[in-house]
Amino acid sequence: MEPSLASYLALSGILFTIGAAGVIFKRNAIGMFMCIELMLNAVNLTFVAFSRYYADVTGQLFVFMVMSVAAAEAAVGLGIIIAFFRNRISVDVDDASILKN
Amino acid sequence: MTTALFFLFAGLAIACAISMVYHKNPLYSAISLIGVFIALSCIYVTLAAPFIAAVQVLIYAGAIMVLVIFVIMLLNLDEDRPLSRLNYLYGVGAGLGLVLLVQTLFIFYAVARSPKQPVTQGETVGRTLSIGSAMYTKYLLPVEIVGVLLLMAIIGAVILVRRLNQPELELVVAEELTRRHEEEEIGDYRITI
Repeated sequence: MEPSLASYLALSGILFTIGAAGVIFKRNAIGMFMCIELMLNAVNLTFVAFSRYYADVTGQLFVFMVMSVAAAEAAVGLGIIIAFFRNRISVDVDDASILKN
Repeated sequence: MTTALFFLFAGLAIACAISMVYHKNPLYSAISLIGVFIALSCIYVTLAAPFIAAVQVLIYAGAIMVLVIFVIMLLNLDEDRPLSRLNYLYGVGAGLGLVLLVQTLFIFYAVARSPKQPVTQGETVGRTLSIGSAMYTKYLLPVEIVGVLLLMAIIGAVILVRRLNQPELELVVAEELTRRHEEEEIGDYRITI
C-alpha cells in the first residue's frame, strides 16, 4: 500500500515551512543560503510526487531544471558571500548595510 | 511497506531540517542538510524515480554541499550569534512559520477531501530513457535555456570573486569598519583575521 499524495504534499509543506522560518531566524548568509536550498528541495518533492501520481514525466524533468538553477545559484551565491566577506570580514547579513541611510 | 519507509524517511528529513535550523554552527547545519538530501533521495526511490534519486545525491549532496562546506572552511566561520537589537524578528519568524504551517495543513485537508487519484503503475515514467527522450524532444528549448543560464552563472561567479584593484573602495571600507568599531564597543562578535 502506498501513502497518499496528500502525505507527500504535507511533508513538502513542512520542509518548506522549516526552510522559510530558517531564512528569517538565521543570521549568517551561508545559513540562509542552505535554508533556500531546503525550500527548493521541498518543491522538488511535490514535482516528483505529482509526476508519480499522474504518470507524467514532465514533473521529473522540471526537477532536473530546478537542480540546474540551484547549482547556478550556489555558484553565484557563494561568490557573492566570498566577495562580501572580503569587504566586511563577516558573513552576517546585518553587516550588509552600505545602502542604509 | 512503502508507507513504513515513507514515514521513516519523512521523519528523518524533518528531524534533519529542524536540526539544520537549530544549530548555530554552520558546519553542523550543512551536515544536517546533507541528511535531508539523503532522506529525500530515499523517498524519490519509493516514488519510482531512480534517476532523480541518483541525481539528487550526485548534485545536491555531492556537488553543491561540497561547495558550501568548502566555503565554510575557507572563511573559517564562527558560530552564528544573535544580535540583541533584532530580537523581535524571532517573533515575526515564528508568526510567519505558523501561517505557512496553517497553509500546509489546509493543502493537506483539501487534497484529502478531493477525489482519490488512482496510483498509476507507470513503470517507464521514472526511467532515464523516458526522461532523456522527453528532455531532447519535447523540452529541448528549456534545456537549452538552462544551459545558457549555467554558462552565465559560471561567468558571473568568476567575475564576482575576481580581486579588483580599487584602492579607493578599500579605503572606504576600512574607514567604515573603524567607524563601526568605535561606535559600538561590543564589536567582538565579528570575526577577526
